[in-house]
Amino acid sequence: MPAEGTNAAWLFVAPALVLIFVFFFLPVAASLLLSLTDFDIYAVASSENTRFVALHNYAQLFRTPLFWSSLRNTFYFAIVGGPLTIAVSLGAALLLNAKMVRWRSFFRTVYFTPFVTTLVAVAIVWRYLYHTRYGLLNYALGSLGVGPVDWLGDPHWAMPAIIVMAVWKNFGYNMLIFIAGLQSIPEELYDAANVDGASPVRQFLSVTLPMLGPTLLFVAVITMIGYFQLFAEPYVMTQGGPLRSTTSVVLYMYEEGFRWWRLGYAAAIAFVLFIVILIATLIQIRIQREQ
Amino acid sequence: MGREGEVVAQLMPAFEREHPGVHVRVQQIPWTAAHEKLLTAFVGDATPDIAMLGNTWVPEFVALDALEAVDAHVSASRAITQADFFAGSWNTNVVAGTAYGVPWYVDTRVLFYRTDLLKAAGYDSMPNTWAAWHEAMLRVKARMGPRQYPLLIPTNEWPPPVILGLQNGAPLLRDNGLYSWFSDPRFRQAFDFYVGLFRDGLAPKVSGTEVSNLYQEFARGNIAMYISGPWQIGEFRSRIPAESQGTWMTAPLPGPNGPGVSMAGGASLVLFRKSARKTDAWKLVEYLSRPDVQLQFYALTGDLPTSRAAWNDTTLANNRYARAFRDQLDRMVPLPPVPEWEQIATKVFEYGEQAIRGRLTVDATLGALDRDVNGLLEKRRWMAERTAAVPRGR
Repeated sequence: MPAEGTNAAWLFVAPALVLIFVFFFLPVAASLLLSLTDFDIYAVASSENTRFVALHNYAQLFRTPLFWSSLRNTFYFAIVGGPLTIAVSLGAALLLNAKMVRWRSFFRTVYFTPFVTTLVAVAIVWRYLYHTRYGLLNYALGSLGVGPVDWLGDPHWAMPAIIVMAVWKNFGYNMLIFIAGLQSIPEELYDAANVDGASPVRQFLSVTLPMLGPTLLFVAVITMIGYFQLFAEPYVMTQGGPLRSTTSVVLYMYEEGFRWWRLGYAAAIAFVLFIVILIATLIQIRIQREQ
Repeated sequence: MGREGEVVAQLMPAFEREHPGVHVRVQQIPWTAAHEKLLTAFVGDATPDIAMLGNTWVPEFVALDALEAVDAHVSASRAITQADFFAGSWNTNVVAGTAYGVPWYVDTRVLFYRTDLLKAAGYDSMPNTWAAWHEAMLRVKARMGPRQYPLLIPTNEWPPPVILGLQNGAPLLRDNGLYSWFSDPRFRQAFDFYVGLFRDGLAPKVSGTEVSNLYQEFARGNIAMYISGPWQIGEFRSRIPAESQGTWMTAPLPGPNGPGVSMAGGASLVLFRKSARKTDAWKLVEYLSRPDVQLQFYALTGDLPTSRAAWNDTTLANNRYARAFRDQLDRMVPLPPVPEWEQIATKVFEYGEQAIRGRLTVDATLGALDRDVNGLLEKRRWMAERTAAVPRGR
C-alpha cells in the first residue's frame, strides 16, 4: 500500500484506538497494578494504607481451597453447558432452516426471546419451576414415577439446574448466528449430495458441518468466553450455594471484591481468570485449525 | 434500609411540624445494595446527613473515618442521655472509647420453645443454666421420634457458637481486636458444649436452607426449641396454625451458671462527618429516640425500642412474648468492633460445620480458625504498628 494510504488508514482507525486505549487498556493496566497491592477497606479510607505486595495476592489465591473449587465449578459449567448450548442452538437453527417450516420469523422471535429477557425475571420463574414441592419440573418427573429432586438445595443437582437454565436462556443468540451460517451454504452442494444418494444424516456430517466450520469456531469461542464468566445465574438463583457448589470464579471475585472490599485480591482473581480464558480460547482455535 | 426505611417516612411529618424549616428527605435502599451504596457515597463525597447503620457496620465506617462522634452531642443534649438506653445496645456503637451512633432499635436472640413439649418432659419453665438446659433437652429428646430434635441451630449460622462463647466470658479477639483468641479455654469450653449438642443428637446437622418450613416443623413438634430474634414473634404469630398458638413461648438464654448474655444486634442512627447540617440531623436523632416515637416505630415495624422508658408502656409490657426480650436486654454484649468481623463470623460457622460433622476435632478446628482469623487481622496489626510508630503531636 502506498505511504499516503497507510497514513490515511491510521487516521481513520485512530479515534477507535484511542477509545479502546482509554476505556479498555488503561483500566486493565490499572487493575493489574491493583492486583499487586493489598487495597482493602482501610485503603478506601486513606490511600496511605495501601501496601505493594507483588505476587502475594496470587500466592494466597492459589493456597485458597475455595478458589480451586470455584474454578472447578466454572469448568464444569463451561464444559457441560457450552457444547450443550451449541448443540441446542444448532438443532434449533437446522429446524428453522428446513424448507417445510412455515411462520419462520415467528418461531425465530420466540426462540430468541429468552436471550433478551431480563435474567432476574427469568430467575424468579425458574425458581418456581425448580421448587421441590410445587415446581412444574418435579411435577412432571412425578408423573413419570421419579421422586422429587431438590434442584436448588442439593449440591449435586444445583449446577445441572443452573446449566439447564443457562442453556435455555442463551441458545437463541447462537441460533441466529447458525441460521446465517446455514443460509450461506450453497444449495448446489446439497443437490450434489442428493444426486450421490447421501442420507440426510450423511449430508449433515459431510456438507453442513464442514461448511459451518468458521461459524462453529466463532460460536464456540464466544460461548466459552461468556460461560467462563458465569456470574448472574448463580448470583440470583443460589447465591453460590448449596455448600458452595455453584460458586463460580466471578462470583467468588464479587464476594471478595464487593462484600469484603478486598479489591487488590479481587483484581488478582480477575487476572487469573483472564489467563485461563485466554488459554482455553487459544486451545480451541488450535483444535479447530487442525480440523 | 429494609422495612424500617419503608416505614420511617410516616414519622417525618410530625417531626417537620415540630421543627419548621427543617425538611427531611428519606431515601430507602434495600439491604442487599446498602453496603455498596454507602461505601460508594463515601468515596464520592456524597454521604447523607444521617443514616441507619446495622451495628456490625459501625466499626467499618469508623475505620473509614466517615462518622461523627456523638459524645459531645449527647452531653450537650437536653433530650437524651446515655443512661436512657440499654447498656449493651449503647456499647455496640462504641469504638475505641468513643460513641459513633445512637441505638435506634435493638435485636437480640432468645429461645423460642414449645411449652407443652417442655412440660411433658417435666419442666414448667425453661431452665437457666447450661447443665439444666442440656438435661431438659435430653428429657425432651427421650420422648421424641427418630427425626425429631429438641433444638434447631442451623449449622450455617454463626450467632449460636459466638453467643455461647460470649456467655462463657470469651472475648473472641484479644489486644484490641488484633489477634484471634478462639483457642481461649473459655471459648473452647463453650464451643465444646456447642458441638456436643450435635454429638448427643439434640440438634440436627442441617443448614438453614435445608429446613423447608421452620414454622411447620415447630408446630408439628419436630423441633422443640429455636434461637432467634424479635421479628420471629410476628412470624410465629402469623405462620403457626391457630390451634397451636397457645403452645409456644419465649425465654431468655441460659448461661453457664445462670441466666446468660446474648448478642446485641440492631441498628443505630449515625451522623456523617462531612454533613453540613449536623444540628438538624441531631434534632432528628433526638426525635426518633423519644419513647413515644420509639413506640410508634415499634407499632409500625415490630422492632424493639432501645429506649428504656419505652418498655414501661403497656403495649410492650403486656406483650408476653416480648418479656423474655426485655429480660435479655439487660444482659447483652456487643460483638468485637472490628471491620473484619463479618469475615471472621463467616469463618466461625464454616469451621464450626467441620467440627459438627466430625471432620476436625474441636482443638484442630479452633487452631485452624485462629490461624485464618489471624491472617484476616494482619492488615489491622500492620496499621496499628504504623500508628504506634508515628510520633505523637504530629
